[in-house]
Amino acid sequence: MGKTLFDKVWDAHVVDTIENGPQILYIDKHLIHEVTSPQAFNELEERGIPIARPNKIVATADHNTPTVDQHLPVKDALSKKQLEQLSENCAKNNIPLYGLGHEKNGIVHVIAPELGITQPGMTMVCGDSHTSTHGAFGTIAFGIGTSQVAQVFASQCLLLQKPKSLRVNVNGKLKKGVLPKDVILYIIAKLGTNSGTGYFCEYAGNVFEEMSMEGRMTVCNMSIEMGARGGMIAPDQTTFDYVQGREEAPKGEEFDKKVAYWKSLPTDEDAVFDQEYSFDAADIEPMITYGTNPGMGIKITENIPTSDDSSFEKSLEYMNFNKGESLIDKPINYVFIGSCTNSRIEDFRVAAAYVKGKQKAGNVNAWLVPGSQKVARQIAEEGLQNIFEEAGFALRQPGCSACLAMNDDKIPEGEYCVSTSNRNFEGRQGQGSRTILASPLVAAATAVAGKIIDITKEIESLELV
Amino acid sequence: MEKFTKLTSRAIPLPTENIDTDQIIPARFLKATDKLGFGDNVFRDWRFHKDGNINQDFALNNPTYSGSILVAGDNFGCGSSREHAAWALVGYGLKVIVSSFFADIFKGNALNNGLLPVQVSEKFLKKLLAHLEENPTSEVTINLEEQTIETEVGTNSFKINTYKKTCMMNGYDDIDFLISNKDKINAFEATL
Repeated sequence: MGKTLFDKVWDAHVVDTIENGPQILYIDKHLIHEVTSPQAFNELEERGIPIARPNKIVATADHNTPTVDQHLPVKDALSKKQLEQLSENCAKNNIPLYGLGHEKNGIVHVIAPELGITQPGMTMVCGDSHTSTHGAFGTIAFGIGTSQVAQVFASQCLLLQKPKSLRVNVNGKLKKGVLPKDVILYIIAKLGTNSGTGYFCEYAGNVFEEMSMEGRMTVCNMSIEMGARGGMIAPDQTTFDYVQGREEAPKGEEFDKKVAYWKSLPTDEDAVFDQEYSFDAADIEPMITYGTNPGMGIKITENIPTSDDSSFEKSLEYMNFNKGESLIDKPINYVFIGSCTNSRIEDFRVAAAYVKGKQKAGNVNAWLVPGSQKVARQIAEEGLQNIFEEAGFALRQPGCSACLAMNDDKIPEGEYCVSTSNRNFEGRQGQGSRTILASPLVAAATAVAGKIIDITKEIESLELV
Repeated sequence: MEKFTKLTSRAIPLPTENIDTDQIIPARFLKATDKLGFGDNVFRDWRFHKDGNINQDFALNNPTYSGSILVAGDNFGCGSSREHAAWALVGYGLKVIVSSFFADIFKGNALNNGLLPVQVSEKFLKKLLAHLEENPTSEVTINLEEQTIETEVGTNSFKINTYKKTCMMNGYDDIDFLISNKDKINAFEATL
């Protein structure tokens, strides 16, 4: 029987297998940030264990950083302490840190790909569930808890049970205005938030093959929202072209050798998956969520479904929505374009293409937060910043921002926010906030209209990038 | 890590499904650099109203219920990988979570902190939740050695990986084990 992409990468990293138990898996790259690493550093220090491979770790500050006035001292004392502790821990252990203000700073899942740290065939971990993002490169990448961060610090390995395999196929032609975010929201709405638990997912089909790396990252990013530890897309020419020439990517002959290996990674034709689903691209439309988990999504033109389930009712009560109602024309006062799901240059290109020549609605507070310093520079260089500013939008500085609202970027209680982030959990964007997940196009259209609109009506006349 | 072998306790029913780690410990409490004090803020926004007053309707605040076993709805612990969720539940005094389904990362984090996730069938969970709501003083026994959950509505067995079971019963963690394999890891690295 043939092997899957996942099998090939996994098997190449197994150090040992314990009888009737887990396997020891070698980790090629360990990404860390300020929130989930301090307790792991403490643990090692208390036990007198050195960091095994500091050169395989890269650190950034992103979750708890301000997105305005980054040149000034961080105001919140606890946040400041957490950031300082990261700097101290990295300095003490010779770990490269792209901290606040560094030209390479940004959201961990945005900077690692753009610096060429993320490469096909690798195993990568980070104390953050959206580490699945890096699977876009044909990488086994997944989120871990802080105890596991400490394990990787101590040994560069993890003890793991090999997950089951799942493949989601999407073939056909996507409608105009249907973005990678809509594809993944559609998949999660169809399959539910725990359909992927216990599995590692591969996304296959011409829809993913034709996607840019940015789009593939958006898709893989949200694998965890259907419960899958990670998602992967087979590396191909699009992947190799993206990686080539990046700072930390292999160069010259070394690169060619790597590409030859990467070409051997795609799933064999006769490989069998434990679970498989297929969807028709033509069925997908711009999506939005109406509830308090990412599986509660509908096409923007559809009405909220009806159900008597108590968890469903609790969710609608929190959102202050009614069963069976449409969300079109709902007034919206907050729009967030950012997060590790949708804060790459392509996302801002789409948003800028829509807002060009239009004006932000007066009632809307729009937060546009680039994923990294590099994305911020690109936005300026490509003239997108001017487009946003002329339309009444202001750009903020890079970070996780209102995706999890650890910093001051909090949506006020009771307010709706159309957000390009990944989670619409209760209070996710601030206590009492109500999140509606959507693509950067739907978010931009909401910011201009001041309410949710039926974007499908104007899609044909849109000039998108 | 504390050892776990057997526990008999009353149990707190919390039938809500898809309880995510943002509910277990909201992000604004993740600024600490140690593992202490998270128990004070477990389920913060469900336990307390915005004005700081206690929400008497919430299961953990309801004086009818007590115990160190939480019986929760399907897909417990989904969302963020924050281990702070496990620290918060343990800090509050819980030792076992019973549900019909656990999210992967949470399950691993719980096991790494001596908090036992006990997965039962959906049918059994529904029966148990209903029984606990009617009979809050009834006790539940978790026997890790036998891998059983004994209740007044019947006994169910649960699965746990043999390696993890040994760790839980002896209070071992993965770091010691991984470090003891250093030679194998170095040999593997040499082949890369």
